[in-house]
Amino acid sequence: MDLGPYLVLATLEGAVTAAVLALTAVGLSLVFGVMRVVNIAHGEFFMLGAVIAWALAHGLSGHPAVGFAVALVVAPLVVGALAVAADMTILKRLDYDPERTIVATIGLLYIIQQLTLMGYGPDARPVAAPFNTRLAIPWFEKGAEGWQMIWPWGLGTTSYKLAVIAAAVAVLCAVWALMARSRIGLVMRATQSDREMALAFGIPVERVYALVFGLGAGLAALAAVLIVPIQQAHYLMGADPLLLSFVVVIIGGLGSLPGTVVAAVLIGLSDGIISVFFSPTLAKILATLLVGLVLVFRPQGLFGKRGG
Amino acid sequence: MLRLDRVSAGYGRAQVLRALSLEVKAGEILCLLGRNGAGKTTCMRAIMGLLPLMSGRIWLDKTELSALAPHQVPRTGVGYVPQGRRLFAELTVAQNIEIGLMARGSGPEVREEVLDLFPRLRERYHQRAQTLSGGEQQMLATARALCLRPKVLLLDEPTEGLQPSMIAAIREVIVGLRHKGVAILLVEQRVDAVLSVADRVAFIENGQGGVVMRAEDLRADHTIIDRYVGV
Ligand SMILES: Nc1ncnc2c1ncn2[C@@H]1O[C@H](COP(=O)(O)OP(=O)(O)OP(=O)(O)O)[C@@H](O)[C@H]1O
Ligand SMILES: [Mg+2]
Repeated sequence: MDLGPYLVLATLEGAVTAAVLALTAVGLSLVFGVMRVVNIAHGEFFMLGAVIAWALAHGLSGHPAVGFAVALVVAPLVVGALAVAADMTILKRLDYDPERTIVATIGLLYIIQQLTLMGYGPDARPVAAPFNTRLAIPWFEKGAEGWQMIWPWGLGTTSYKLAVIAAAVAVLCAVWALMARSRIGLVMRATQSDREMALAFGIPVERVYALVFGLGAGLAALAAVLIVPIQQAHYLMGADPLLLSFVVVIIGGLGSLPGTVVAAVLIGLSDGIISVFFSPTLAKILATLLVGLVLVFRPQGLFGKRGG
Repeated sequence: MLRLDRVSAGYGRAQVLRALSLEVKAGEILCLLGRNGAGKTTCMRAIMGLLPLMSGRIWLDKTELSALAPHQVPRTGVGYVPQGRRLFAELTVAQNIEIGLMARGSGPEVREEVLDLFPRLRERYHQRAQTLSGGEQQMLATARALCLRPKVLLLDEPTEGLQPSMIAAIREVIVGLRHKGVAILLVEQRVDAVLSVADRVAFIENGQGGVVMRAEDLRADHTIIDRYVGV
């Protein structure tokens, strides 16, 4: 097999990473954009989503698809509710001060992580995918009698991976519609633009913040439910998504949702391709290097507004 | 209609308002005059609940505004045109208006009424607020507040940086509201403009209320203005 099929394979793997990363990072970006809160505990909301998915998949009998479908709905709701509670009991009391909330969310990170370790244990546990048909991908090669279609060994994906990509695209479209087309989205954007004037025009800012924090955490949890059949649930699994989300949010431009999605695709694809051809570590090194370059040469991010 | 009863407020430990009392009646324009830093903007922020009071109370008729959460104050019918406009810059004219309408559930007929007052905003309807000219921004800030169908309107330097024809237009709107029985609290630096539009003038110095005088008496005698505002 020559380079071409490998590239297709790597791109597909990268697209799955990109899809999940985009969901996670959009959650982080939304929270930062509207609330100016840097949520260090974002990766733990991701991890909780995966752990809850495992618990539901194991607790519910029947076809794996049943537990998974329930997890897809319940995990984001539970994690979202938890985030709302954290917002109202912790962040609100700190008056959403940008610096103190960083320290508070670091604390939240350790609390969630250690409680999960105590309750769920240190093992990585798998969740069965609801469906997992292997799909071979054809390749075209110039043979003796012209172009012909072949089915290279090892070139393939699963129906589940394609479904992850499709689901992420659908959810991202829904988030976009919520922000750009709905009343509550308008209220969120007004709050983001000027918190005090939002209050002066009757917007219950604290409720908007609670909603945004819950929505951000719910998106991370949803991303985790989608990836857990591929990756396994583990109490330390939040670190990588957190790091990559920050990479993506900084490259995309703080608070810019389109920028975040574009950067997630960029980082996800390059991560997939570099991981397949070289090593996952190199992929992370390059992504972090790119953040450094962006911070030096274009601190507002690729899509951010200067001084915004 | 709007009554401040010995209101003290400030930022952190720095006290700005010191037992300030004021009253604005329905259908009246009360002008607040004072030097830079006297506490005029702070007074308006206190009314809107954007600043915690150290003591004192604020009433709108029988409703105690100072007991409400900040976002509930505008819902009682207090419209605010802040100093420096403070529009939702990334949102369009239409969306800024929409936020104003939402506050008290005003219908589309209010929007049409308000846009009729400022036809220029209709032409710029889908433009982002941050791309409007200064004068257009001021019109939008005023329009946004009028969307609440306010009983009380707080205007903090609404004519700052505007050309004379714009000032006249804004003034016409304010006088029109007075006829409808709206209580108007106006902060304005230009004394001549104040005297031609205000019913009464309240002086504020160092966060304390001074004398309150009828505008016509001040027109006859400028010395008191010189004392409080200084030239
Ligand atoms: N956010 C703040 N934090 C601390 N002090 C403030 C803050 N805002 C205003 N002040 C102080 O409160 C005092 C009153 O300010 P305020 O803005 O009310 O004055 P003003 O009468 O509106 O002045 P101007 O005519 O310049 O608009 C000033 O001494 C100012 O420095
Ligand atoms: Mg002022």
